[in-house]
Amino acid sequence: MPPAGGETKPAAPAAPPAAAPPKPAAAVPPKAPAAGPPKEAPPKPEPLDNELVKRYRSRFGNAIREAWLDRKQAILVVDRGQLVEIAKYSRDEEKFDMLTDLTAVDWPKREKRFDIILNLYSFVKNERLRLKVHAGENEPVPSVTGVWGVANWLEREAFDMFGIHFEGHPNLTRILLPEEWQGHPLRKDYDILTQDTAWVRENLGIESGQ
Amino acid sequence: MADTRTTSFPNVETTVLGADEIVINMGPQHPSTHGVLRVKLKLDGEKVVNSECVIGYLHRGVEKIAEHRSYQQFAPYVDRMDYVAAVSNGLGYCEAVEKLLGAEAPPRARVIRTILTELQRIASHLLWLGTHALDIGALTPLFYCFREREEILKIVEKYCGARLTTHAFRIGGLQYEAYDELEKDVERFCKDFEHKIAEYEDLLTQNRIWLGRTKGIGVLTAQQAIDLGVTGPVLRASGVKWDIRKAMPYAAYDQYKFEIPTGRNGDTYDRYLVRVEEMRQSRLICLQAIQNIPAGPIMARIGKVLKPPVGEVYHSIEAPKGELGYYIVSDATIQPYRVRIRPPSFVNLQAFDTMVRGHLVADVVAIIGTIDIVLGEVDR
Repeated sequence: MPPAGGETKPAAPAAPPAAAPPKPAAAVPPKAPAAGPPKEAPPKPEPLDNELVKRYRSRFGNAIREAWLDRKQAILVVDRGQLVEIAKYSRDEEKFDMLTDLTAVDWPKREKRFDIILNLYSFVKNERLRLKVHAGENEPVPSVTGVWGVANWLEREAFDMFGIHFEGHPNLTRILLPEEWQGHPLRKDYDILTQDTAWVRENLGIESGQ
Repeated sequence: MADTRTTSFPNVETTVLGADEIVINMGPQHPSTHGVLRVKLKLDGEKVVNSECVIGYLHRGVEKIAEHRSYQQFAPYVDRMDYVAAVSNGLGYCEAVEKLLGAEAPPRARVIRTILTELQRIASHLLWLGTHALDIGALTPLFYCFREREEILKIVEKYCGARLTTHAFRIGGLQYEAYDELEKDVERFCKDFEHKIAEYEDLLTQNRIWLGRTKGIGVLTAQQAIDLGVTGPVLRASGVKWDIRKAMPYAAYDQYKFEIPTGRNGDTYDRYLVRVEEMRQSRLICLQAIQNIPAGPIMARIGKVLKPPVGEVYHSIEAPKGELGYYIVSDATIQPYRVRIRPPSFVNLQAFDTMVRGHLVADVVAIIGTIDIVLGEVDR
C-alpha cells in the first residue's frame, strides 16, 4: 500500500483534497507512529439492557454473562453449560427460528481461547441476535444440532478449522479438509504457510503444495 | 417436528447395507455436479436411500488469507468465491467493512452498485437456468440464456474492464465513474430482456417433460427449510416470503418497488418459477434505478489506511444464491482479525440430503441443479 500511495499522486484528490499539500513530505514515515495512540483507548462497548436481555436474565440468571451493543448489533455472552437450553429458549420463546451462522474466533492469549459465535435471526421480529460462548482449548461445547439442523455442517466446519469439539454432534468429522489432515488452519498459531507436508507428500506425490 | 430437527446425516460408509442396496459415487468430475462436488449415494435399486456430500476440493482458505491481507487487499479475493456472481460478493464485503468503519457509500455509488448487482443477479440466474435445463435434458435454453448473459457481461466489462471476477466496488464506494452510455445500455438490455424471459418460459414452463422432471421433485417444506438455514430462492419457493433486500434493505433497495416471488410446494418446479420471476423483478429494479442516478461523489472519505475501531460486525446481503453474510472482527489494525463468510451455497447444500431421499438417480442431477450451488463458494 504505502508505495502505491506515494506514486499515484493524481488519485489522491478523490479522497482527501485538503490533505494534499503536506503529503509529499509526510508520505510514509509518520504513519507508523500514528498507529500507536488510537490503540491505547479502545472504545468501550455500549452495554445493553433492553427488554430482550431482561427476559433472558430473568430466565437464566447468571448464565447470561454479558450483553452489549456493537454497531447496533446485540451480543449476548452466555454460559457454555447452558447453551442448549438457551438455544431452545431462543428458538421457541423468543422466536429466533433460524440459526444463520455458527463460527468461532481464536484468541490464543486468552485463558479461554475460543469464542463460539451463533448468529440468530427471527423472521417474526426481523431481528438478529448474536450468542457467544467461551471455550478453552480442550473444553467441549454442547452441540446445537438438536435445536437447529443447520448446525450440523457449521459445527463440522468449526471443528475442522479450529479443532473445537462439539459434544453430542451426530457426525463430527472434517468437512472441508481431508479426513487425515493434521492441524486446524484457522487457529492463530497455525501459520499461513503451514501445511500437513506428510499428507501432501503421500497423497499428492509432490514435495509441497505452496 | 422433533424428528426433522434431529435428523442426522449418517455417514454412508458406516451404514449397514440391505440385500438390495448399493453405494455409488458421483463426482467430483461429474459434469452435472457443477464443479467438484462429490456425492455418495446409497441406492435401493434406482431409489436413493440416503446421501452424503463430500466437499472441500476447491478449499483455498479464503478466511485465513483475509487475516493476512489489509482490508482493501482482501476485496478481490471475495470475487473468487461465487465466481458467477462476483459483483454481489464484492458488495457484501464492501458494505460489511463500511459498517465496521461507521462509513457509508455516497448515494450515487449506492445506486450504481444496485444496478450492477441486479444485473449480476440476472446473469447468475441465467447461468443457473441454462445449466439446470441442460442437466435435465433440455439443450436449447442454455444457448438462449448465455446469449443474454453475454450482454450483461459486456456491460460489466465496459464498466470495470473485467467480466467474471470483477472487483467492481471499493470499500467506501466505487473506483470507477459510470461510463457515459451505462443507462442506455442497461435500458436497452432491459427492454429486450422482457421478451427473452418469455422465450425461456415458452420452452419450459408448460413443457410436459420439464413438468415431469421437476414437479414434486426435491420437496422442501418451509419448516425444514428454516431448520436447515436455507435462504434465497430455495427458501422462497417453500413459501417463506423473506428477502434481505426488503427485510433489512442495503445499497439503494429501499427506493425501488419490487415484489418477492414465492412458491407453494417447495419443489424443483417452484424454484424454477421463483427464479424466473426474480429475473423479471431485477429487471424492474434496474429500470427504476437508471431513471434517476443521483449526481455527486462516488467515494466516501474514508482515508487510505483503514483501521476500523475494535469490535465486530455481521452484515449480509441477498446474493443470487441466498444470504451471503460477512462477520468481521477488527482489532484496530490494518488487517482484519477474523473474517467469517457465511456462504449461501454451503448452507443450502446441506439440505440436499433431505431433498434427495426417496427420489431416483436421475433426479439427483435435477436436485443438485435446483439448489444452485457454486463450489467456489461452498469450499471457499
